[in-house]
Amino acid sequence: MISSIIFILAFGAAIYLFSKNIGKVIRNIKLGKPLDRSDNRAERFKVMAKVALGQSKMVIRPVAGIMHIIVYLGFVLINIEVLEIIIDGIFGTHRFFASPLGSIYTLAINFFEILAVGVIIACVVFLVRRNILKIDRFSKPELKGWPFKDANIILFIEIILMGALLKLNAVEANIEGALEKPFIISQYIAPFFASFNQDTLHIFERVFWWFHILGIFAFLNYLPFSKHFHILLAFPNTYFSNLNPKGKFTNMESVTNEVKIMLDPSYTPATDIPAGRFGAKDVNDLTWKQLLDAYTCTECGRCTSECPANQTGKLLSPRKIMMDTRDRLEEVGRNIDINGEFKEDGKSLLGSYITEEEILACTTCNACVQACPVNIDPLSIIVDLRRYLIMEESKAPAEWAGMLTNIENNGAPWQFSPSDRFNWANEN
Amino acid sequence: MENLKVPTMAECAAKGEMPEVLFWVGCAGSFDDRAKKITKALVKILNHTHTSFAVLGTEESCTGDPAKRAGNEFLFQMQALNNISVLNGYGVKKIVTACPHCFNTLKNEYPELGGNYEVIHHTQLLQGLIDSGKLKVQGGSFKGKRITFHDPCYLGRANNEYEAPRAVIEKLDSELIEMKRCKERGFCCGAGGAQMFKEAEKGKKEVNIERTEEALSTNPNIIATGCPFCNTMMTDGVKHFEKEESIKVLDVAELIAQAQDL
Ligand code: SF4
Ligand code: SF4
Repeated sequence: MISSIIFILAFGAAIYLFSKNIGKVIRNIKLGKPLDRSDNRAERFKVMAKVALGQSKMVIRPVAGIMHIIVYLGFVLINIEVLEIIIDGIFGTHRFFASPLGSIYTLAINFFEILAVGVIIACVVFLVRRNILKIDRFSKPELKGWPFKDANIILFIEIILMGALLKLNAVEANIEGALEKPFIISQYIAPFFASFNQDTLHIFERVFWWFHILGIFAFLNYLPFSKHFHILLAFPNTYFSNLNPKGKFTNMESVTNEVKIMLDPSYTPATDIPAGRFGAKDVNDLTWKQLLDAYTCTECGRCTSECPANQTGKLLSPRKIMMDTRDRLEEVGRNIDINGEFKEDGKSLLGSYITEEEILACTTCNACVQACPVNIDPLSIIVDLRRYLIMEESKAPAEWAGMLTNIENNGAPWQFSPSDRFNWANEN
Repeated sequence: MENLKVPTMAECAAKGEMPEVLFWVGCAGSFDDRAKKITKALVKILNHTHTSFAVLGTEESCTGDPAKRAGNEFLFQMQALNNISVLNGYGVKKIVTACPHCFNTLKNEYPELGGNYEVIHHTQLLQGLIDSGKLKVQGGSFKGKRITFHDPCYLGRANNEYEAPRAVIEKLDSELIEMKRCKERGFCCGAGGAQMFKEAEKGKKEVNIERTEEALSTNPNIIATGCPFCNTMMTDGVKHFEKEESIKVLDVAELIAQAQDL
C-alpha cells in the first residue's frame, strides 16, 4: 500500500516534470517564423515511417547503423515491459501480464532478455568507438565538454538499466514459487544470488525493481536536456521534412515584392507578406522547422564527416551549426523564463555563436542534408545567415562583391560584355 | 570553321518558327574558354540529330544562381524576373542546359517567380536521344577506356539525377568505374555555393584537390563531368598532380561528340 503511494507520487512527479520541460521546448520552437508543412500527409507519413521508424539512413554506415537499430529496438520493446511495471507499481500486483498471457509472456520476456544483452553489447561497442577508438566524427571540437559527456552518460544509463532488468529476473529465479521456470538469459546470472536467503532475495528484488523504474523516470526527464531527445523528436522532424528537391532554395516573397516595385513602379505590392529582416541573424529569424531541427540533432556528426569544407580543414561544421542554433535557442528560452519576455542580451546566433568564416565556407553541396539520419537541413540555416550577412550588413567578401556587381552590370559573374555573350558560336 | 548551326530565338520568332527546345547556354558555357568547348560539343550533337533548338544569344543573362547561393536574393530575383520575361515572351516550353546550376535554378526556383518550363540537363537529353534511336553511339576512341564520373552536386543530390550521365557513358563500350564517394555520397568539387568566385576559407587542403585525388585513385583514363564548374575544378586538380598528359577531364557531351567524330 505504502509502496503504491510512493510509486504513484514518483510517477506523477516524473510525468509532471517531463510535461513542463516539453512545454518549454514547444514554446521555444514556436519562437520561429511560420512555415506551412501541412500538405502531403500521405507522403509525410511515408517519409517518417521510412526514415524514423525504419532508420533507412542509419544503415548507410552498417556497423553503427545495425548496432543503433538493436539499441533502438531494445529501447522501444523493453519499454512495453515498463507498462507492466507501472501497473504493478500502482496496483501493487506482481507481473500483472504473466498469468493472462501465459506462455506468450515467457516468450516475450525471453526475447526482451536477449535484446537486453544485445543492447548492452551495442552500448559497449559505442563506448569503445567514442572513448578508445576516438572515431574522427566524435573527436571534433564542437563535441568537447558536455556533448561528449552526454553521450557517455546515456550509454552508461542504458547499460545499467538493462543490467537491472536482467538482475531483477535473476533474483526472482531464486525466489521460491515466484516463477514457473527461469528466463533464458537471467538463469545464468541466477546462481550469483543463490546463496542469499529468501528474505534478502525479496529485498534485492524490490531494490532492482525500484532502481529500474526510477532509472526510467530519471531518463525520461534527462531527455529534453540531451541529444537523446531525438528518440522522440525524430518522428515529428522527419514527418515535417522538406519534400522539395534539395537544390531548391526558399523563395523570399518579401524580396519579390520589392524587386517587382523596382522593375515596375505601377506594381501594387502584396500586403500579406510580413516585412522584417532579410535572412537570419538570430534564432527567431529562423522558421519553427529549423528550430525543431536543432532540438532533434543527435550530434552524430554524419553531416560533418561528409562536408567537403570540414573535411578539408575549414572551420565550418554543419553539426556545429545545429548545436549552436539549439544552444542559442535554449539561452533565449532561459532569458524568457527569467524575464517573462525576451530581454535584449546583446548576443545573436550569427556573431556570438556562428562566425562569418564558417558560413562563407559552405559550397551548398547538400552532403550534410543527404547524410542526416533524421532529415535535418543545416544548409537552410547557413543560407539564411548568409542572406542576412549579404543583404542586411552588405558584408560580402571583396571577390563576391565584384562577382555580384558583374552580374548586375554584365549579366555574368565575370567581367565580360553582354554583347559578347554569343561570340562562341563564331569562334573556332 | 566547324559550321555550327546555332539559331537564335529572335531569328526563329522572325520566321514564325517555334523550336522544340531552348538551349540555355549559361555564363560559363558562353564565356569560359574551356566550357565553350562543351557548348559546341552539345551543339554538334543537336545538329547531328536534327534536333529543333535555338539559343537566346545575347538576350540570355545569368540565371542568378551564384547571387542566390551567396545570399543576395535581390539580385537573384532581378535576374530571374528579367530572364522569365524574355523566356515567356518567346513562349518557351522546354529548356535544356549543360550547367547543373542553371538547370536547378530554372527548374526549381523560377516557377515561384512565374517561369514554368520543362527543364532538363543535357545528359538527360542525350539519354533520350540515345533511347529513341536518334543518336547512335559507338565507343570509338573510348572503347575499353577507364572512365570515372564525378557527380555534380546540383544534378545529383540537389535533383536526384544519377543515372542519366552513367547511362550515356555506358554506351561508349568503356569501363565505368565508381569513386568510393559517388552518387548520393558524391564529394563536391568545391565550386558550388558561389565558391567558384572567391578564394576558399582557411583550411588544410583545397576541396578540388581532395576530390581529384579520389578520382585519380580509381586509375582512370578519363574523368567525366556534367558541369562546367566541376570541369574547371577537376582540370585544375589534374594539373596540380601533373597528370594532364595522361588523364583527360571531359564533359559527357564531349565524350559523345568525340566518340562519333562530330
Ligand atoms: S552544404 Fe555546406 S555545410 Fe553542408 S556539407 Fe555541403 S559544404 Fe558542408
Ligand atoms: S544534423 Fe543530422 S547528421 Fe548532423 S549531427 Fe545532427 S543528426 Fe547527425
